[in-house]
Amino acid sequence: MPLLEVSDVSKTFPGVRALDQVSFTLNPGEVHALVGENGAGKSTLIKVITGVYQPDDGELRYQGEPARFGTPMDAQHAGISTIYQEVNLIPLMSVSHNLFLGREPRNRLGLLDEGRMHREARAILAGYGVTADIRLPLGTLALGAQQMVALARAVMIDAKVVIMDEPTSSLEPREVETLFGVIRELHARGIGIVYVSHRLDELYRICDAVTILRDGRVVHTGRLADLERIRLVALMLGREMSEIRREGATAFSSEKAVDTGAAPILRASGLTSRRKLHDITFDVRPGEVVGLGGLLGAGRSETIKAIGGAYPLDDGDVQVDGVDLKRPTTVQAVRNGIAVQPEDRKAEGIVAGLSVRENIALAVLPKVSRLGLVSDARIDAIVERYMTRLRIKASSPDQLVGDLSGGNQQKVLLARLLATGPKVLLLDEPTRGIDVGAKAEVQSLIDELAAEGIGVVLVSSDAEELIEGADRVVVLRDGVVVGTLTGASVTTEDLMATIAAAAPPEEAE
Amino acid sequence: MTTATLTLTTRDLRAWLPKYGVYLAIVLLVLYNIFFTPYFLTWSNLRIQLIQVAPVVIVALGMALVIGTEGIDLSVGSVMALAAALIPLYLGYGVAAAVLVSLLAGVAVGLINGVLVARVGLQPIVATLALFVGGRGLAVVISGGQLKDVRNPDLIRLGSGDLLGIPILVWVAAVLVLVVAFVVRRTVFGRRLLAIGGNRRATELAGLPVKRVLITVYVICSVLASIAGLLSVARIQSSDASAVGLLIELSAITAVVVGGTPLTGGRVRVLGTVAGALLMQLVIATMIKHNLPPSTTEIAQAVIILVAVYVARERKAR
Repeated sequence: MPLLEVSDVSKTFPGVRALDQVSFTLNPGEVHALVGENGAGKSTLIKVITGVYQPDDGELRYQGEPARFGTPMDAQHAGISTIYQEVNLIPLMSVSHNLFLGREPRNRLGLLDEGRMHREARAILAGYGVTADIRLPLGTLALGAQQMVALARAVMIDAKVVIMDEPTSSLEPREVETLFGVIRELHARGIGIVYVSHRLDELYRICDAVTILRDGRVVHTGRLADLERIRLVALMLGREMSEIRREGATAFSSEKAVDTGAAPILRASGLTSRRKLHDITFDVRPGEVVGLGGLLGAGRSETIKAIGGAYPLDDGDVQVDGVDLKRPTTVQAVRNGIAVQPEDRKAEGIVAGLSVRENIALAVLPKVSRLGLVSDARIDAIVERYMTRLRIKASSPDQLVGDLSGGNQQKVLLARLLATGPKVLLLDEPTRGIDVGAKAEVQSLIDELAAEGIGVVLVSSDAEELIEGADRVVVLRDGVVVGTLTGASVTTEDLMATIAAAAPPEEAE
Repeated sequence: MTTATLTLTTRDLRAWLPKYGVYLAIVLLVLYNIFFTPYFLTWSNLRIQLIQVAPVVIVALGMALVIGTEGIDLSVGSVMALAAALIPLYLGYGVAAAVLVSLLAGVAVGLINGVLVARVGLQPIVATLALFVGGRGLAVVISGGQLKDVRNPDLIRLGSGDLLGIPILVWVAAVLVLVVAFVVRRTVFGRRLLAIGGNRRATELAGLPVKRVLITVYVICSVLASIAGLLSVARIQSSDASAVGLLIELSAITAVVVGGTPLTGGRVRVLGTVAGALLMQLVIATMIKHNLPPSTTEIAQAVIILVAVYVARERKAR
């Protein structure tokens, strides 16, 4: 009998069908990988299972009985525990208090039995490789150790299902081994584990089964060992192999003329940031579109932000048009012609409460001012030019950006970047969450800009967009450049093969 | 048809009230006073009201800018006290020296606040709390804990003199209102300030000097507070560090909020802030004229704040 059965569950949010008739089965003692790119529906599915969301449609069965969890608390009481990427315990309380929170042992007088609590906590945590003083506040422990405490707590409360959301993203290799040891033990005890991760090596080491989500649907489910790595990647990135060969599905032109002899307009060398980026080096020539390939968490967004000065680097060097910026601040980056379009448009891109006009002019205010006084006429000229060129649809330049459609918001953001006269344009998921028409417009704009001699770095989870848009693709995995596709090898197959290739032994330290 | 018209009206009202409700309230209160309060419409009464409200307006202007960046400045009252405490010490060197020193005190406090918020990354309420507590303590120490009379004729003229029949104090406040309104609307600095309040992360990524702008905002706020402190001393012709500007941060925040500036940043209503300060002043004056005890006045103020915040509350995303 399956431990947990999700059948034909659907969940719709305004404008998005987050889950579309999703079914998912977890057996006792099974480690089940749940994979998919951003927005595939993994988080929504987890939230439905843990009672955060109620499904619109479909059924949940837990231990053979129909189940409906009204709140996360209900799910937890029933034995479904979740360990999030970010530990959700109380950092200022001691480790043992966190472990026993809500179920503290009491003595005969009904008072807290601290001695027993500490003793038991020490014994339990030793089994998880946590040897730190359990009387210290949890927050003083390393993140990995905190995660182990969270895991220990989850298992202690008689969990039958443990959901792990990217549990290794903040762990040291040694801690990963301990975690895997614990997972094997849970496995032996018949506990079902849902394991969310993008690290293929880990999935193949620890998981029995896999369910792949894409655009809110299950595209594959079955034994993981039976699924080739390349098939897994292809299913995740969302194109059937035969479908990929279809040409011209994006608005990118196939003809490109890049002067391969030209000096690079952007040179990133040795970008290193603790745990996330390791010695990332690549060049972009004027007029060239360089794609950054890889799965979620490979370090693509971090690379882009680091070049733009918005992500802390421990080491590395950025050069634009021959000028060595070392590790630039955002102000220096923009001043020297680096423009970054961040992935999260709402949180890091637009200023929703300001008008289209103000948003476009934001980065060039000094240029349109004299003695600190803004010239409306000059702003209007710029706004007019870019609203026309990018075909921004707004009732007027004074409309608030927050009221525009996603596609138009994205165009406003691009207009702001272009107004700075960039030499290098770094685009992180430029077409995510925008409608088909706007998508095609943005894609042809990228081509146009490259033709004007701007160096473009493109990040996209849409393999087709990446392959057709880029002249060259630098593939990242776990913050390391694992390959570069050039010329005839810029194909979806080669991209997937490079992503899927097993990590060389020296990397698995 | 009727229903549609009706819903439209409600929605219009929802958008209209937070922006212009404060003016409506002032008009209603003035009308009430014209009919029911004896001697309300006399020049001497209006003059007193304006003189009393001027320091609050000046402090509230700075507060509005800080709130526009999604911050808050609790230290304004202490800055007034510091300015007040420093004046008698330097008055011997002339009014100009005393004014300069008290303004410099404002710059110093503003720099500390700004650096704590922008560079150290403290939350504004915590960063400015330090000087809210410490600033007044320092001011009392500087003044030796004594009330000092100020007899400098130039300074007294600043506090009690007239220009074209209008008190100089009121002129100063009016000019500052215009300057701040101009800064918000027409300058690069003003636009940047609003962008930071609207979305700080995005503004940083757009390559704007966010930290510099934030520090400047806190400096401006403190300098305005020190001007208010200076004018208060000039008006009451004495310096009492333990009393000048006491609780003015609350009056200033109230004026800003009642005036329709959202606490979530990204928008600053300069004229609304002035109106907010005027409204609160009118409420207090009306209550006093009708012999209501101060406790009633405080309750009325509380109700107005709640109404203002309720009317302006952000509607949840649909």
